[in-house]
Amino acid sequence: MGKAKDRTGPLARRPDNSAFKQQRLPAWSPMLTANTVLPFFYLLALMCLLLGVWLLLTVQSTQELKLDYTDLGSCSECYELRKNVSYAEQGCRCKVEFYIDQTFKGDVFFYYGLRNFHQNLRRYMDSRDDAQTVGRESQLKNPSTYCEPFIKDKDGVPIAPCGAVANSMFNDSFSFNYQTSSGHIMPVPLLRKGLTWYTDKNIKFRNPKTGNQTLAQVFEGTRQPLYWQKPVYDLDPSDPTNNGFINEDLIVWMREAAFPNFKKLYGILNRAGDPFTHGLPKGNYSIQISYNFPVQPFQGRKLVVLTTLTWFGGQNLFLPIAYLVTSSLILLMAVVLTVAWWKFGKDGKNMKE
Amino acid sequence: YFLYNVVTETNQRKKLEYRIFNMLSVIAEKERRVKANAREYNEKFSYANNHIKTSKYNIFTFLPINLFEQFQRVANAYFVVLLILQLIPEISSLSWFTTIVPLVLVLVITAVKDATDDYFRHKSDQKVNNRQSQVLIRGSLQREKWMNVRVGDIIKLENNQFVAADILLLCSSEPYGLCYIETAELDGEVIIQNSPHKVFTTDQDIHFFFQIFAFLICMGVILAIGNTIWETYIGRGFQVFLPSEEFQSSAVFSGFLTFWSYIIILNTVVPISLYVSVEVLRLGHSFFINWDQKMYFTQTDTPAEARTTTLNEELGQVEFIFSDKTGTLTQNIMVFSKCSINGQTYGDVYDEFNEKVEITEKTACVDFSFNPLLDRGFKFYDSSLVEAVKREESSVQEFFRLLALCHTVMSEEKSEGNLVYQAQSPDEGALVTAARNFGFVFRARTPETITLCEMGRAATYELLAILDFNNVRKRMSVIVRNPKGQIKLYCKGADTIIFDRLDPSSEELMYATSEHLSEFAGEGLRTLALAYKDLSEDYYEVWKKKLYHVSTVIENREEQLAVLYEEIEWDMKLLGATAIEDKLQDGVPETIACLNLADIKIWVLTGDKLETAMNIGYSCNMLRDDMNEVFVISGLTQLEVQQQLRSAKERVIGLSRLSSTGGAEKDDMFLEDSVFEEAIIAEYALIINGHSLAHALEPQLEQTLLDLACLCKTVICCRVTPMQKAQVVELVRRHKRAVTLAVGDGANDVSMIKTAHIGVGISGQEGMQAALASDYSFAQFRFLQRLLLVHGRWSYFRMCNFLAYFFYKNFAFTLVHFWYGFFCGFSAQNSSSYGPYCTVISPVLIWAALVPPFFFCSTTGSFFFLRNPNFPTTQNDSTKYRKCCEIQQSQRNKIPSISVFALWSQVRHLQQSRKRHRPQEQSLRRVRRTSSRRSAYAFSHQQGYGELITSGKNMRMSEISSTHSLERTAQSSSWIENILKRKNEVSFKPIKLENNEKHG
Repeated sequence: MGKAKDRTGPLARRPDNSAFKQQRLPAWSPMLTANTVLPFFYLLALMCLLLGVWLLLTVQSTQELKLDYTDLGSCSECYELRKNVSYAEQGCRCKVEFYIDQTFKGDVFFYYGLRNFHQNLRRYMDSRDDAQTVGRESQLKNPSTYCEPFIKDKDGVPIAPCGAVANSMFNDSFSFNYQTSSGHIMPVPLLRKGLTWYTDKNIKFRNPKTGNQTLAQVFEGTRQPLYWQKPVYDLDPSDPTNNGFINEDLIVWMREAAFPNFKKLYGILNRAGDPFTHGLPKGNYSIQISYNFPVQPFQGRKLVVLTTLTWFGGQNLFLPIAYLVTSSLILLMAVVLTVAWWKFGKDGKNMKE
Repeated sequence: YFLYNVVTETNQRKKLEYRIFNMLSVIAEKERRVKANAREYNEKFSYANNHIKTSKYNIFTFLPINLFEQFQRVANAYFVVLLILQLIPEISSLSWFTTIVPLVLVLVITAVKDATDDYFRHKSDQKVNNRQSQVLIRGSLQREKWMNVRVGDIIKLENNQFVAADILLLCSSEPYGLCYIETAELDGEVIIQNSPHKVFTTDQDIHFFFQIFAFLICMGVILAIGNTIWETYIGRGFQVFLPSEEFQSSAVFSGFLTFWSYIIILNTVVPISLYVSVEVLRLGHSFFINWDQKMYFTQTDTPAEARTTTLNEELGQVEFIFSDKTGTLTQNIMVFSKCSINGQTYGDVYDEFNEKVEITEKTACVDFSFNPLLDRGFKFYDSSLVEAVKREESSVQEFFRLLALCHTVMSEEKSEGNLVYQAQSPDEGALVTAARNFGFVFRARTPETITLCEMGRAATYELLAILDFNNVRKRMSVIVRNPKGQIKLYCKGADTIIFDRLDPSSEELMYATSEHLSEFAGEGLRTLALAYKDLSEDYYEVWKKKLYHVSTVIENREEQLAVLYEEIEWDMKLLGATAIEDKLQDGVPETIACLNLADIKIWVLTGDKLETAMNIGYSCNMLRDDMNEVFVISGLTQLEVQQQLRSAKERVIGLSRLSSTGGAEKDDMFLEDSVFEEAIIAEYALIINGHSLAHALEPQLEQTLLDLACLCKTVICCRVTPMQKAQVVELVRRHKRAVTLAVGDGANDVSMIKTAHIGVGISGQEGMQAALASDYSFAQFRFLQRLLLVHGRWSYFRMCNFLAYFFYKNFAFTLVHFWYGFFCGFSAQNSSSYGPYCTVISPVLIWAALVPPFFFCSTTGSFFFLRNPNFPTTQNDSTKYRKCCEIQQSQRNKIPSISVFALWSQVRHLQQSRKRHRPQEQSLRRVRRTSSRRSAYAFSHQQGYGELITSGKNMRMSEISSTHSLERTAQSSSWIENILKRKNEVSFKPIKLENNEKHG
């Protein structure tokens, strides 16, 4: 295009004879006829069908257990207690029991789930300061206005981490117990680390530079979010490296869910010792719950979800069903087209056009 | 700004007071006082100066004016509104830079383009303003820039100079103040090019946009209501975690804000960005047109040029083509191709088996090298004629002598043996050139003599009289005294006229010649019959006296002259007949046949005469003898025209009623044209004359005309003015709501080209006006086939595919947000900020990807550009054009079809084709007609130069012999009046035969 033409002579303005300019680039231009289209349709229907069936079987092979403990058993007391905000500081513990009739083979993942909790509201999602949680010192004590109304407390002390998302962090905690056939009760060992991605912990979330100071000193001059009982640098007393903005529970929470009903990873079964080397054996289990998170105001529910995973993920039937529906639609279309072809165009000359 | 090229010198000494109407400020009916060569006096009136300015901006005004112009565009304004919305934090659902980046990009690119354009305009303005011209100032000639030329100045112009302003010719160096003007640069010089973008947004487009907007607002309202409800019932409980701000005090207000937020998020549903994308796409197509080697004409080194970029896909929808004839269908080159002398035809080539050989490029030409004065461009293939000349057969010699003598051509001998003929019409030029090559060279003429070079021997004939051509006489004669002293009358003219005036002794020859004439006419050649007569000295003397007497008469001179001419042109002896080929451009019949196959109607609008136009109609296969009927409308009054139109229409309808089974059940068939037209199997042609057309275009008749014209397969309008051409196009454009295309090459086609949806200019010999006014220009008519059937089709296809995908993409993108609104509490959350969410949504997209081409977008998308509801849809179209593309076997179809819908279209097409059985295969070869139809008269020129020649006015003084006869002086005062009288119909334009080299 931009090439200057220095040709002279009688054919100076002759266009270049290049494949592109003469539109001679190789192109596939199928002549669509019934003979090519109909088989393609049937083939496509078959492919979708197979894919759908395969995915369905994969999904079926996962094991999943959902336990809604909102007001289950002894937790109903805690549920009533949490209705009143003035008792928010008051702890409440409860215990739920459940039975697994089939061994969960392989890795077992423990989730907590929430229903009707809109983490996806625009104002809620915006109410955070990524610059702060990435460890920028200037932002630490001077959070962005996005965090409104959780920027500062009543006294004007900046909140870290600021914003509605961090403020509403899920703060129930669980300890799982297994009752062996002999009646012996033993704790189910959970890995509470490795719940996040590398990028979460090292890029998206970082603590402010500590230098010689302790984490507590760095966060001095900031305040924990209003609903929190512990400051951010003390979230995990057992592991000092799991504190501050890189606390895994915090990171998991801060990755907002797309839908109002969601589950978030709480821990992974540690299969180091018996009897959990092959997974979660069948039998009776109980969960000790430190019941803190109020769901009553927004008619929410809380659950615990135990599941095994395949390459495909958890128990999600959407994709297999989508494929099966698509398959049947294509099949329907193919049949209609076949009938049309049979009736009108089978020996029509114009098919060859 | 008009430019003339005046070949003249003005006499500066004359002082005149005169008026100038300055084109730059034409104020109707206002009298102006101007004194020639008196600047001080004229300055009092402060007339407009001669400075031209076509540029729009200067450095300081560029930014504000350009931005103002840009923001007047809907798309830009729309983006600005969105931007403003996004700057409100409570509403902003997308960050503001998502809008501002593309907006600024578009603005900057457009601004740069505008700036470059304007820079070039500045430059060309400057160039024109600084052109020099010689102006008489204070008694001496001075060089003055054009912009400083004032009203009332006297300018001296020399040969081949441009004219600085509108001027009044005072005097010329040529005898009798003659002055030749080349008007090639008239009309639409490049300088003033208000880029002729024909943006025709129709109701349907606007309608569509309203629907989309309504859809957007609907979604916004639904979501806003959803938000209100959500805030009232659910959001309240969520305030523990997300306390509402003040502005959210009421759920209704929150809903209101949500509405605007969603307008931002869902804005992609309004295809505003489509404009930009479509522009880019069209630009690409235009480049492909420019680059096409198959539309490049080697001889003139002219590639095709898409001058506007906005109409490419319209090319694929053209239904009507309006074509000029001369220069467009024909080359405007007349070639002496055959003749019949003394009952013997010449011109065909036969092989050893006595079979006629098709003449091609390779056929050996006759060698004229015996003749030193030959015209090398002339080609003839039948050597027997040269042999006959060499044998000195008297009839053959007399034949060519006639051709060399009986004409009004002027000759100019630039150097020894290098003759250049200036003929009034190309026909005459062809005949004289033919005689020249066959050894009867017309070398020079004076008012009284014609000098020939007959087979190498110079011979001077005394020219006694020219009995000039006119429309009624349809013939011209000369009376000469040959070197031997005999007086002879040579006459050439329409066969019917000549045959009526023959001596009985020629009767037998007449029949033979007549047969030959039919044969010639059947091949679409323009024929002339030639005859001569020996005059006795006495007879001529008597007649001459009468002539002298008549020419001094003032009243009814024309009529009396005609009677006198009639008297002498009698009892002539037939010599033979000539056949001139009005050379069609290459591939014209094939192109027309192919376009016909594509169901494109071609109307020829020509300034030529009825006969000429019909002739061309036959030769390019538009008229055929197997047509059921050819209607010729030539009524002079409105009533006549009305009757002719009605009766023609009744005939068509009557016949088709008979042929269609069941007959006329519907009385309102007339109204349902489209259905009705389909029913007509028979082929008709309509030929309408200019003056009839004027009546037919009146409001009360135009519908009848249009109905009839659309029933006919071929429509030819002859003797039409440029204005009428435009009116015809306008008529079709207005009533048929079809895409029209006008193609022409001359200034007289400009109005038509501008009126039609698409204007195509043939950049040929007749100047550049048509090409400049057009949307597409190329060198040959046949390229139209490729432009319409290849580029048009591809553009249309690609555009439809693009639109389908564009809408699919937009809707898929937008509807996801809409749907997601129901999950996120209608909070206008942008769903694409979720990585995981997108993973979930991808199967939906995959699923959806299969659906839209089937139902939704295919129709919506293509409908966006289909403004004619009757017009076949894309799929239908493809079958229609496919037929033609098969013809162009070399063109491979490179369009990836979107969907299986081709199958449907085939089914549909089959059903349609079952309904109408039409013989669609036509022979593409040029069919030799065997009819007896006669091309009545071949002269395409108007009343000629005869008077001018005999008066000697157009010859240099030196060439005119000093002895002026009395008779001549008497005539000389009248010829200019006559010319002036005829001026209305005749454009006084000598045609130079300079293209000797290019012949053939």
